[in-house]
Amino acid sequence: MTNKKRIEAHDIVIVGGGPVGLAAAVEFSNLGIKTILLETSDSFSDGSRAICWSQRTLEIMDRSGAATKMLEKGVTWNQGRVYLKHHEIYNFDLQMETDLKMPAFINLQQYYVEEFLESHLRGKKLTDIRRLNEVDDISITENKTALLSVITPNEKYEINAKYVIAADGVNSFLRKRLGLETKGKKFEEKFLITDIHVKEPYPMERRFWFDPIFHKGQSALLHVQPDNILRIDLQLGVNADPKIESNPTRVQSRIQKMLGENIDFDIQWISVYSFSCKRMDRFVHEPVFFVGDAAHVVSPFGARGGNGGIQDIDNLVWKLASVLKGLAPKSLLKSYDLERVPAADENILNSSRSTDFMTPKNEASKEFREAVFLLSKNMPFARKLVNSGRLSSPHSYHNSFLNSKDDPAFIGKGPIPGSASLDAVLGLKSTEVWLLDYLGREFCCLVFVNDSILSSKRFEEFRKFVKTLNPQMNLVMVSRAIISKNMRATVLVDKSGKCFNKWSAIPGSVYLIRPDQHIATRWKNYPELENLEQAFKKALGHCEGK
Amino acid sequence: MSYFFADQNIEAPDDFYEMLINAHDGLSNSDSRLLNANLILLLANQVGKVEILEEAISLARKSVIER
Ligand SMILES: Cc1cc2nc3c(=O)[nH]c(=O)nc-3n(C[C@H](O)[C@H](O)[C@H](O)COP(=O)(O)OP(=O)(O)OC[C@H]3O[C@@H](n4cnc5c(N)ncnc54)[C@H](O)[C@@H]3O)c2cc1C
Repeated sequence: MTNKKRIEAHDIVIVGGGPVGLAAAVEFSNLGIKTILLETSDSFSDGSRAICWSQRTLEIMDRSGAATKMLEKGVTWNQGRVYLKHHEIYNFDLQMETDLKMPAFINLQQYYVEEFLESHLRGKKLTDIRRLNEVDDISITENKTALLSVITPNEKYEINAKYVIAADGVNSFLRKRLGLETKGKKFEEKFLITDIHVKEPYPMERRFWFDPIFHKGQSALLHVQPDNILRIDLQLGVNADPKIESNPTRVQSRIQKMLGENIDFDIQWISVYSFSCKRMDRFVHEPVFFVGDAAHVVSPFGARGGNGGIQDIDNLVWKLASVLKGLAPKSLLKSYDLERVPAADENILNSSRSTDFMTPKNEASKEFREAVFLLSKNMPFARKLVNSGRLSSPHSYHNSFLNSKDDPAFIGKGPIPGSASLDAVLGLKSTEVWLLDYLGREFCCLVFVNDSILSSKRFEEFRKFVKTLNPQMNLVMVSRAIISKNMRATVLVDKSGKCFNKWSAIPGSVYLIRPDQHIATRWKNYPELENLEQAFKKALGHCEGK
Repeated sequence: MSYFFADQNIEAPDDFYEMLINAHDGLSNSDSRLLNANLILLLANQVGKVEILEEAISLARKSVIER
């Protein structure tokens, strides 16, 4: 044993290889940035935990090709049913639009997601995944880098990291070691969460019961997962004893009552939870960036934990990559806080409200809930008040300092600055393609065109200007009709006009889109070139606070 | 902006009040409370605007707390 420890130096170190840490590695690799990922455990998530993955998560993963396996294995669902006792109060279809590449949701066990992300990274030289590597200390050096101490079964070594992504989960060691905390509320209510294996396949939909006959006075949730696995959540009340409630015989009889006597099943995983909704004040503590459960936790109704964490990555990684590549000032990194803290609040608000609706806190809230149920039988308005979970959707950064002012000519229609891009099915030659696939991994100008625009001098100038502004900028063109002129660039064709409509565009409309596919700003009818330049610089963090 | 005026707005105050009271005839206390809750939700849906609802809720709460 020598007393000189090995010290490595790296730009980006990801601590934690849960879905969020692995997603970070995938994104960095996709943007050409090398990372080291340190993970204590040598296996994937114990038990299933997260099962519902949102459209936005799939869109994010699809940019690097990592969604393919998730879609193949996952169970696609768009439908949900909500029952009071055994009567259906209402049902919903999350996928109202048919021209989106990704489904509203897939269900897929967390361990599969982790496995697929890791296997996607395997063989890619940019990511060095080190399992059985636990971070057991961190300090910030004078140069504002992080010194990590790492322990493995064989050795102890150190890493000097320019930036650290803290993806070490709800009990984040890094957070505690840096003396930081999360604040929020804890719900006393206990929930039994169990995965069971059934012989017969179940309909692929989400079912939620209030006060079901098989579990009086409480609520129940059923989800279908791949491999004929069902996820069942049963509300147990405040006073339930987790030890007693996780007894397999007791769980067996509860589930038998729910599914009926003639259904055969094996229990795969049992867990009794009480939930919290909490977050850190700020997620940026340079050089450490907190992401996923390390930064914020929510109750699981709404599937906002893992999906929210993956949106953190979507937001953070292109910014760090731009700074590392010298394309953007460091002030860009501050926008991670300003954009993702409100997103965490939105997730916390929604999942707290759902949890509150499921667990009325006083007599009045019980009575109002009863009234909502009574009225919802005949009155559609009351169904909107029934809250069994408001499912994860992409947060819109509409107050971000990276956005430029919206063009009033849109009268607020179409995706406003800050919101995520909307997918659409388009034609290219004789095949169908999806818009999101064309936006690319750099900044993008999405231009709605027609024949006369394309042959105009103004457009030629615009095009040249875009290339001088940023040689990597993607220029994506969408036209209603097939372009007659022999063009050098590809033009996507929107035969049905649905894409124009969704984006509230006319020929000449231009959207400036960030590498995370969120909209920086837009012009209904061509920007002045200097306005485009200003907006581009602003989106890169050059005009913080202005 | 303030939406609520102490001035009366109900068309036939006495008729309304009688209807409201009669609606509770023969109901147990808990059913009465449920009826009230139903009524609040129905009227809230009719009002619609969240600013108005917010002000009504805060006025109602104030009148109890500052009694
Ligand atoms: C019952 C339940 C159901 C849920 N359902 C959903 C759902 O349907 N959809 C959804 O989106 N979310 C859901 N969630 C939430 C979801 O599981 C979490 O949000 C998600 O796991 C967070 O991912 P993460 O990578 O941030 O953290 P984690 O998954 O907790 O990963 C953290 C990783 O860091 C590692 N680590 C910790 N400390 C160190 C260290 N010092 N050094 C090295 N490595 C370390 C750990 O070993 C772990 O692998 C659910 C949660 C629960 C409990």
